[in-house]
Amino acid sequence: MTLELKHVTKKVQSETHIQDVSLAFARGTLNVLLGPTLSGKTSLMRLMAGLDAPTEGKVCFDGKDVTGVPVRKRSVAMVYQQFINYPNLSVYENIASPLRVAHVAKAELDRRVRETAALMKLTPLLERKPLELSGGQQQRTALARAMVKGADLVLLDEPLANLDYKLREELREELPRIFSATGAIFVYATTEPVEALLLGGSTATLAQGRVTQFGPTVEVYRRPNSLETARIFSDPPLNTISVDKAGGELRSAGDLFRLPAASFLAGLRDGAYRIGIRPDHLFLLRPGPDALAQTGIVAMTEITGSESFVHIEFGGERWVALAHGVHRLGIGQPVEFYLDPSRFFIFDAAGALAAAPGLKRAA
Amino acid sequence: MARIVLDNIAHAYGPAPTGPQDYALKRLDHVWEDGGAYALLGPSGCGKTTLLNIISGLIIPSHGRVHFDGTDVTELPTAARNIAQVFQFPVIYDTMSVANNLAFPLRNRGVAKDEVDKRVREVARMLNLTALLDRKARGLTADLKQKVSLGRGLVRADVNAILFDEPLTVIDPQLKWQLRAQIKALHREFDLTMVYVTHDQTEALSFADKVVVMYDGEVVQMGTPEDLFVRPAHTFVGYFIGSPGMNVLPAEVQGRRAVLPGGHEVALDAFYPNLPQAARMEIGVRPEFVHLSASGAGLPVTVKRVDDIGRMKVARVDLDGRGLNVLAAENAVIDGDKSRIVFEPGHVHLYADGHLVDPQMHEQAGG
Repeated sequence: MTLELKHVTKKVQSETHIQDVSLAFARGTLNVLLGPTLSGKTSLMRLMAGLDAPTEGKVCFDGKDVTGVPVRKRSVAMVYQQFINYPNLSVYENIASPLRVAHVAKAELDRRVRETAALMKLTPLLERKPLELSGGQQQRTALARAMVKGADLVLLDEPLANLDYKLREELREELPRIFSATGAIFVYATTEPVEALLLGGSTATLAQGRVTQFGPTVEVYRRPNSLETARIFSDPPLNTISVDKAGGELRSAGDLFRLPAASFLAGLRDGAYRIGIRPDHLFLLRPGPDALAQTGIVAMTEITGSESFVHIEFGGERWVALAHGVHRLGIGQPVEFYLDPSRFFIFDAAGALAAAPGLKRAA
Repeated sequence: MARIVLDNIAHAYGPAPTGPQDYALKRLDHVWEDGGAYALLGPSGCGKTTLLNIISGLIIPSHGRVHFDGTDVTELPTAARNIAQVFQFPVIYDTMSVANNLAFPLRNRGVAKDEVDKRVREVARMLNLTALLDRKARGLTADLKQKVSLGRGLVRADVNAILFDEPLTVIDPQLKWQLRAQIKALHREFDLTMVYVTHDQTEALSFADKVVVMYDGEVVQMGTPEDLFVRPAHTFVGYFIGSPGMNVLPAEVQGRRAVLPGGHEVALDAFYPNLPQAARMEIGVRPEFVHLSASGAGLPVTVKRVDDIGRMKVARVDLDGRGLNVLAAENAVIDGDKSRIVFEPGHVHLYADGHLVDPQMHEQAGG
């Protein structure tokens, strides 16, 4: 089965919630919708589920147009951040409830409930009532109830926003197995880049109701096609600086550094660009002979034990370097750091990716 | 501001607790130093919110006393404790302006108008809210509402402590960075005692000077982020802090070596002459300190899977039926399914029944 959105637009009165979105998800895949609050993740899911009908465009399952088909006639399960359980039923009965409604035979029901409970690490809690559980355990119960149905389309709207990140790690381990077992299409909305990367699969980045890019998660991360995608998919935030390309040279705003327009930069037209640099590519130790040494002022350091986030004032921008190990740096002190041009993304004035190492340029 | 002492606290939600299993919070003594920035970190259900509610006065503990600067406040309600609280969902009045929201806690206490105006302006300046003072709170974005919520806590001059309960959970990642930086700056500027509850390790570790890790109603370790990472006091801390968590393997200690299942030997950095009898012995080593070895040295493993998580790669390897995680660089090339792993010296810890065993650097005479 495939789920296809074809040029879908959703307007509510004069407001455009979804703008001309086309996406195709295959059976047995995980698809992440990544974007900030109000970027259209929930609106898009409601269109996929059939809870809302698009103003324009089509929704197709296996090529069949289901645009007007209501949610109850589709095989869809949905889990929200604000989850719901039946307070007077045990965890077991909560998970079993969709199967009871579907008159699944007792032995089969028991097997599926226990299997799903084991997956969600709820086995020791099956006899408890939801109110005797922690928030995370309640959310896992809601997740299990969505999973147990064996729906063709499972929509998860920030389901782990209230949960321990450890569960996300474990889900990453387990999800591929669940997918191959159920064959369902999973769609997972999140605001967090790290969560998308941990989950893997494919990712569609969203901004203001548009899909800015769709592809395998790691590819979208490594090769964002626009400044917008790069920003959405960067945590800590992407570091950027304006540069001017003239002749054989790129010159940064404030003339903080100059860079020969060699190798992957050679084909750039003269003009204004913006360089994007991921925080883990801002180095406190020289990464190689071609690195550019720069000096900034330490604004703050945050030390996680294994890594340090060093906030640096540089050329009027607030940058963040994510460095391995513990770096205790005094606030207000100068700090030397290194830029590695082989890690640069170069975006043009319109925000499109213009150059990056290994990027094939259109003729 | 205050030094907060929890003296022999325990809490059970049920009326007649019969054993440890009935306690959401098991016996604990704890001191929150005046002006400290603390994070309370643990999985859902570990008791961290219960502990926070005991400090704020929302819960009267079933055992023990709570002292603020030497005064017993155990039975005092929240309002009498001068505690400011910031919750996951901002608590503000939508129909009031930002200025009136900020002024509310002061007007409520009958503070003079001039003083109210002065404090409101000061707090608004600190939080970059000045331009929004006349705006209605309704329609503000979640992060701005959370700032107003925080401002309402800061506006009072007599605040003993600010308690945060998952304050950034509903904030977009990009804005989390700004808001957290601002909270940290406020802490530095005003020396406020702050206790910050979260399930997010990055948030806890980057915010706090001291992190308190809770598990199953108990504090399993309190330390700097570095302590928790470099020397986890309990295998749970090793698992919970770090992503992926610490690798833990059963081991038998023989002199300065640990013998793993399958007979593989790992050199230990220290002597352990006085190991507890009959304890379950394990070694723990973080994925950051396990390296895939190109040469012939190291323990033989099968590479099951390599997960590319963007900034780095996680190799899932199998050592005689036991799974281990190994971190490798973003651009690392991991070929084939056979490899070897080596543990970085100084980062292999020994655990007895889950608890870190203190190493002895020198062999004891006759030991």
